[in-house]
Amino acid sequence: MSETAVLSIDRLNKHFGGIVAVKDLSFEVQAGEILGLMGPNGAGKTTLLNMIAGTYSPSSGRVNFCGRDITGLPAHKLCHLGIARTYQIPQPFTSLSARQNILVATKYGGKKAAGMEHDKIFDLVNLSEQKDMLARDLATVSLKRLELARALASNPTLLLLDEVAAGSTDAELPRILGIIEEIRKMGKTVVLVEHVMKVMVEAVDRIIVIDKGEKIAEGTPGEVMKDEKVIAAYFG
Amino acid sequence: MEDFLIELAPPLIRGILLGGLYVVIALGLSLVFGVMKLINVAHGDLVILGSYFAYAAMGWLGIDPFLSLVVGVPLFFAFGFFVQKFIINRTFRISLDAALIACFGISVVVQSLCQVIWTPFSRSLTTPYQLRSFAVGELTISVRYLLDFIGGLAVMIALREFLRRTYLGKAISAASQNEPVAERMGINPNRVYSFAFAIAMACAAVAGVLQGLTFYFSPVSGPPFLIISFGVIIIGGLGSMAGTFIGGMIFGLTQTLGAHLSGGSMMVQMLAPYLLVFVVLSVRPQGIFGR
Repeated sequence: MSETAVLSIDRLNKHFGGIVAVKDLSFEVQAGEILGLMGPNGAGKTTLLNMIAGTYSPSSGRVNFCGRDITGLPAHKLCHLGIARTYQIPQPFTSLSARQNILVATKYGGKKAAGMEHDKIFDLVNLSEQKDMLARDLATVSLKRLELARALASNPTLLLLDEVAAGSTDAELPRILGIIEEIRKMGKTVVLVEHVMKVMVEAVDRIIVIDKGEKIAEGTPGEVMKDEKVIAAYFG
Repeated sequence: MEDFLIELAPPLIRGILLGGLYVVIALGLSLVFGVMKLINVAHGDLVILGSYFAYAAMGWLGIDPFLSLVVGVPLFFAFGFFVQKFIINRTFRISLDAALIACFGISVVVQSLCQVIWTPFSRSLTTPYQLRSFAVGELTISVRYLLDFIGGLAVMIALREFLRRTYLGKAISAASQNEPVAERMGINPNRVYSFAFAIAMACAAVAGVLQGLTFYFSPVSGPPFLIISFGVIIIGGLGSMAGTFIGGMIFGLTQTLGAHLSGGSMMVQMLAPYLLVFVVLSVRPQGIFGR
């Protein structure tokens, strides 16, 4: 394991009964890097995120975060250590306002150094005008951004983003790319699961492709797109 | 016709005021269920333990029941916190069923403890003001029922403001809405559970005093209040403070009006609220104010 690795996954396995969701997966993410995770539906991407974020315990293997073994730690401890994640389908606290959603994350999640001011977070995700609305009244597009804002509010070192661009229109993509670029400038490390190719190609430093729980390719976006195994996995 | 309406006024008022007691009891049960999906079957017994605590403070030290809450509320709060931390949270690691059985255990222990200390005889919190009443126009209002109502309103408002305005309250709301995500945001669910149970116990201490001023009680008086709380929550709708409040009033009203209209039949008084519960469950199962 290299010294600058923020996240290091070591031979991770996850079975659900007889079904293998993740198989012998190893990789590292360096500080400040944006890593893309790609793979067909059911490849094990979300299961992998869930194991890093503490929702599932791996069947075997280790997860190291900043040189510390975090395998099997509960989600709230991982949040305090500096791992935040967003969900593919936004999961706001519906009876709280957007601002209160952020407050909860700051108060309980941000136990390290002071993070960004709330107003700046809202500006970044372009939610300033809706911050006093109840989350249940927000449109899906706004909820996706609230999901991002809430993850940033706990001032994470590592950000796991599960399909932030899914369901967005082409017109919204530049803004999402802009937000990811801002997150990069803050020096945060990001693991990005994404189906939207434009986001993958433009925002990511390196891509890992998994299929049926196994890593089948790794490299820069340009390299991976030309890889025959990747083409085979996507187009059969 | 006019006579009928005039005669209807006292049970109407008594029902609404008495509803306040049911509200305080139901709020504690509803909070615990809302946060950890656990039916705390010991809740009624814990309320009666609250009555006995006030009874002991009065008998041994001569302290007014309401004054005894200055110690009673923090004491019950701490007791609830540790019961959750050391008993119920541990059973959660096994399953929700195990936690339910633990609650049954707490119920049995509390009942037996009260039997041993205070004997099975009926008691009441006998205070100078308890049986007093005053006149408003042609109506007489019992002080104890009025206290029930004020207590119900006060606890409901306090709890609602606590959940809305404090960080801990927001954490409790967040965890009861979506626990996995709340945990992802750094909220430790076990701590939230401990605080929720502690608050429910503090409510039980208040409910115990109100209950003891309103009715006679014995070590086995708890379970009926548990059943009443279910009724209140079903009528009002789970997860709505205002709903629980209105549900308590409606429950009280059905009791007193049922008794009045049937010429004082005990059976009608007991049955009427549950007929309403039956109707609500079949017409609007999420309760009047539930979502």
